[in-house]
Amino acid sequence: MSSVKTEKKTPLIRMIKRDEITQKKTWMIRAVAILGALITGGILILCLGKNPLQAYSDMLRGAFGSKVLIQETVKQAIPLLITAIGISFAFKMKFWNIGAEGQVLVGAIGAGYWAFFYAATLPKIPLIILMIVTAMLFGGLYGLLPALCKAKWGTNETLFTLMLNYIALYIIKYLANGPWKAAGSSFPKMPMIHKGVRLSKVFGVHWGWIIALVLVVFASIYFNRTKQGYEIAVVGESNNTARYAGINVGKVFRRTMFLSGALAGIAGMLQVAGCDYTITERTAGGVGFTAITVAWLAHMNPYGMLGVAAFIAVLERGCNQIETTMAIPASVSDLLIGIILFFMLGCEFFINYRLVTRGGKEEQNA
Amino acid sequence: MLSIILKLIVAAVLAGTPLLFGALGEILTEKSGNTNLGVEGMMYMGAVSGIAGAFFYGKAAGGAPVGVVAVLIALVVSFLIGALGALIYAFLTITLRANQNVTGLTLTIFGTGFGNFFGDFIAKNAGGSLVVTDGVKAMFKGIAIPGLSKIPVLGTLLFNYNWMVYFAVIVAVVMAWFFKRSRVGLNLRAVGEDPATADAAGINVTRYKYVATVVGGGICGIGGMYISMVSQNGVWVFDCVSGYGWLAVALVIFATWDCNRAILVALVFGALKIMRLYVALPIPSQFYDMAPYIVTIIVLVITSMRESREHAQPKSCGTNYFREER
Repeated sequence: MSSVKTEKKTPLIRMIKRDEITQKKTWMIRAVAILGALITGGILILCLGKNPLQAYSDMLRGAFGSKVLIQETVKQAIPLLITAIGISFAFKMKFWNIGAEGQVLVGAIGAGYWAFFYAATLPKIPLIILMIVTAMLFGGLYGLLPALCKAKWGTNETLFTLMLNYIALYIIKYLANGPWKAAGSSFPKMPMIHKGVRLSKVFGVHWGWIIALVLVVFASIYFNRTKQGYEIAVVGESNNTARYAGINVGKVFRRTMFLSGALAGIAGMLQVAGCDYTITERTAGGVGFTAITVAWLAHMNPYGMLGVAAFIAVLERGCNQIETTMAIPASVSDLLIGIILFFMLGCEFFINYRLVTRGGKEEQNA
Repeated sequence: MLSIILKLIVAAVLAGTPLLFGALGEILTEKSGNTNLGVEGMMYMGAVSGIAGAFFYGKAAGGAPVGVVAVLIALVVSFLIGALGALIYAFLTITLRANQNVTGLTLTIFGTGFGNFFGDFIAKNAGGSLVVTDGVKAMFKGIAIPGLSKIPVLGTLLFNYNWMVYFAVIVAVVMAWFFKRSRVGLNLRAVGEDPATADAAGINVTRYKYVATVVGGGICGIGGMYISMVSQNGVWVFDCVSGYGWLAVALVIFATWDCNRAILVALVFGALKIMRLYVALPIPSQFYDMAPYIVTIIVLVITSMRESREHAQPKSCGTNYFREER
């Protein structure tokens, strides 16, 4: 109730909870919010003395301008989508897993172990399977650890998962400096993985995109059609209700966080075997955080995440483009993503509430 | 041996000060019942705006800036921009009732982008790097307090820091007094513990929440400015805050929402941050760098096991207050 003083008069603007809202109106409000975010971003670009229209059209060209660029955009969307699906598992039960960045990294380490040391001895298919399984195991265990403590002692999972990100980062730095350092390199970095381990391409992009699409369907079925998915939803609504209904909340925490981390681990494996062909500190490159916004913007709906991940990938590719064509630093993408998310968070209010002015005349969204 | 310990403590104080600012800002915010996870973002915003303020002032002054004015500008601008970040958060969570966790995370993403983007952009336009003049840099160096700094041991230990260290301690002590002794501070704590009761007692919950959150963000912004002006010596470095904000959020828990204790905890974490340079153990350097994060996790787990009621987070943290939905 900001700016509304509790006086005897009816306040100038009141808010009333909506009983129902049509699907069309919901989307209208969201469209207005996105537009508002893009305009705000445009004003920002204008303030820097650049032409916002040119910036946005350059961004589109950077994302869709040619076949290769489109493939790059898809490549960018893959880890984002898979990690977002992973995060949504945790967020659906209001478990604030912001450690996806670290889970991606340890997944990459798990996959890298086989790729670096067994590429010559094992045939490709078992090798790839081993890589995926190990990546899932590593990512899953990395996610399980905070869940164990949360289930047992109620440890704050936000900070726990976040600190694990930095630890994973330093493990990578350690490996790159010592045990896994590329032979003959004066710079601390890991070698490139053997050509035989690299994922083959389907329609010009490594087949990680097929996995991503399969996971979208899997997550949708898991959330809506299975008992475990239902348990997640109940725990998310209220831990006490879940306990009253006979759900073992700690078990749901553990199982779901293992899955959440395992999915992020897959994203890490795909980055190593399909994209970077090595492991660096930039392997995750902020995916763990951006994926949070993807999951939240899509309201944890897997199909929605597909759309949002594509949108964010376009935005990020576009920002790389305007760095070269317009000398606008690529970090503008974080800024724009932040602005868009602020607007989307704000617009939820207008979906749930409507404003009424003193005269009784209704005011639709603002 | 003594001189090494002295050096370690002095370096720990210097490394711990930005953590203290961040933690103090977050304590103020959480006392009003808002958990703002955007500390990292607000510190980035303060870091870039502080250095940019001093830089542009230096340009406007024609290469001969007055040091004190540059310092004041950096201080005020970083406070205001940090507060601006917090204002976005406050508007979304208090007025528009958005989820606190997600809004805070978004603020971190936004603020990180804000810092790195403007840092890069200004550096590019300034011909490669964003650096303040030597005169301004000197203003953020340690000051030997006349007389006192000559006392053996104590002089080095207490009276040789830059002004921001003392400023941070003063803010901490004032805030501790504010929460314990002042009427406004007690009201604020009431809002954080139980907004409905505070509201019934005639306290303007919304105003308290807004002011505490925004001022808290400003203090975080000053902490960011410390990183760009003192830790990085007046040079903008890409990704310079890198986790300090998150450590500050963790510090709040270890300090049990007590500003005086925050000073001590910040010192310990400052020591963990710089230990590598002073204590030689037979382990790879990366494990030293991990130490603050590992210790954070261990302390988090231990504090959660103890479950002390007295030193807990303000009760309403994380949930927004709607008068109609009591």
